[in-house]
Amino acid sequence: MLSNPFNFRSSFREAERLRRDMNELFEMLDRGPRLSVAATYPAMNVWTNPDGAIVTAELPGINPEDLEISVQGDTLTLRGNRSADALGEGEAYHRRERGNGQFQRAFQLPFAVDAAKVEATYELGVLSITLPRAESDKPRKIQVASA
Amino acid sequence: MAESKEIEVREAEKQELAQSGAERTRAQQAFVPRVDIYETDEMVAVVADMPGVDAGSVDINLEQSVLTITGNVNEKRPEGYTLAYAEYRTGDYVRSFTLSNQIDQDRIEAGVKDGVLRVHLPKVRPTSKKITVSAG
Repeated sequence: MLSNPFNFRSSFREAERLRRDMNELFEMLDRGPRLSVAATYPAMNVWTNPDGAIVTAELPGINPEDLEISVQGDTLTLRGNRSADALGEGEAYHRRERGNGQFQRAFQLPFAVDAAKVEATYELGVLSITLPRAESDKPRKIQVASA
Repeated sequence: MAESKEIEVREAEKQELAQSGAERTRAQQAFVPRVDIYETDEMVAVVADMPGVDAGSVDINLEQSVLTITGNVNEKRPEGYTLAYAEYRTGDYVRSFTLSNQIDQDRIEAGVKDGVLRVHLPKVRPTSKKITVSAG
């Protein structure tokens, strides 16, 4: 907002700020949001629309049966285990970069989730959880009654 | 197995492929996949984490003694959704290794399952017989 349209200096600054904001916005639309650092394994991406969200995580080489997904209110909890390959006799590792072990992550969503309608798929090592927004959480349009 | 072991956060990080001399023809970002390499008497095995890659999009190339594994990822963006928060990026995978063993190229086996590529590189069986030098 222009604080004082007659003050040239300040309106110039405002215009400059607006230009910068617009640039940032276009950059965001182009490349998506800035990369955040995961709090714990695994890293997650969150896709949203007004009706819900899709949370994705790259979890290569996991047995889907070892995954435990639970939702309570607006919190999604993911627990799992990535087991290591069992090496046979006479086999030795040269390199070992792939992590293994247990993981647990709780993630808070910006809305309450309809837990009964949550669906998850695991494909090509990518987990995708569809979380519909609870009806009670959706904004309600209020009709204005004319008197 | 050690059941209490936990995966560390750094395991969630993807290492971007450093720009080398040759530029990539695909506009997508490329990452260095995490690998396990182990060896037995018969073969060398490479196991690489490549989430999003399937059998059709993976390429294994052995030239001279350099093994290159490439995986192209065609990201599926959920329709009708926008990416609101991101902790990882998706892209292709590229990594090369120099092998010290003689590999039998015709018997290389590879498979992709659940985003994990496994390549078995059988060693060339020694065909030469031991020659005994008789003194005389």
